[in-house]
Amino acid sequence: MWIYEKKLQYPVKVSKCDPRLAKYLIEQYGGADGELAAALRYLNQRYTIPDKVIGLLTDIGTEEFAHLEMIATMVYKLTKDATPEQLREAGLGEHYADHSYALYYHNAAGHPFTITYIQAKGDPIADLYEDIAAEEKARATYQWLIDLTDDVDLQDSLRFLREREVIHSQRFREAVEILKDHEGEKKVF
Amino acid sequence: MTHHPMPKEYYRLLYELQAVDFVLVELTLYLDTHPDDTQALHEFHQYQRRKQGLTQQFEQAFGPLHEFGNSPVGARWTWAESPWPWQV
Amino acid sequence: MDKQWRFYRPYRSPFDPCVPKRVKAYIVPPNQFMPFQPPGLRTFSPHEALRRGTLWPDLYSRYNPPHREEIDP
Ligand SMILES: [Fe+2]
Repeated sequence: MWIYEKKLQYPVKVSKCDPRLAKYLIEQYGGADGELAAALRYLNQRYTIPDKVIGLLTDIGTEEFAHLEMIATMVYKLTKDATPEQLREAGLGEHYADHSYALYYHNAAGHPFTITYIQAKGDPIADLYEDIAAEEKARATYQWLIDLTDDVDLQDSLRFLREREVIHSQRFREAVEILKDHEGEKKVF
Repeated sequence: MTHHPMPKEYYRLLYELQAVDFVLVELTLYLDTHPDDTQALHEFHQYQRRKQGLTQQFEQAFGPLHEFGNSPVGARWTWAESPWPWQV
Repeated sequence: MDKQWRFYRPYRSPFDPCVPKRVKAYIVPPNQFMPFQPPGLRTFSPHEALRRGTLWPDLYSRYNPPHREEIDP
């Protein structure tokens, strides 16, 4: 069960009307290393991971949905008041033709989200290494998005999201250490 | 429907709550991999108390934060009213 | 410039079509040096933690890419 909380995890402020940025930001909405992929990956893996790290996968997976909502907020604010002409100039004409002002789960190049972005091997070490890689790739994506942005307020929210990936990676690597379980190799949990 | 802009106080209280909630998120993930760190657990308790106070303050002024009966509701149903988080 | 950045000089051909970037940079965040977070690390205040995206200064990674002039004067 999940309980919705009527607030963002971190304030999202967009100061410049630059709909083109929405086209890039959507990468973290429906892209391979985006927040949707992250949430679905962790929440799916938790059914077949040793009990010791189920809590971590559940909590990080849940936090990813809060990040997805932050990205959606950025895209929403950047596009909601734009005219079709402005969207066209921003390279969002194709998007408008199919989706109007609706958000859609696709990446910056317009490719629809596919579940083949994520894996579940059922091997705890393999799965956690995928998670660590996913966090580093998401961190890198945020770096490139910060590079593409000149709105300092938007950069501020993106920097927050980037740092979260640093922490998630840290925790997943700790999970690997926990599962190595040097001291009690015969222990069952 | 509220269609007038939210007062400054809304943003101030929200930010206070976001700060305390963020510490709780960080401590949660930390405790997931460090369940025996009693000092961190102690801090978690402290921030949880601060969260309770702030949540109460916020909800009294601006309505419920959590759905499905997890926040007090007044005599009028305001949960489904704007603004939603992405609108403010 | 903060010490999370690393630099390298890629091979340059006399036939490269663009003005060369002689030095390239990438960042290595501090989590790469912390196999398991030790207990009792110093923490930020709640406001500062929120602003930075982490509770722990030792895990904070600032992302401010260096300008070309800084790394290749
Ligand atoms: Fe993440």
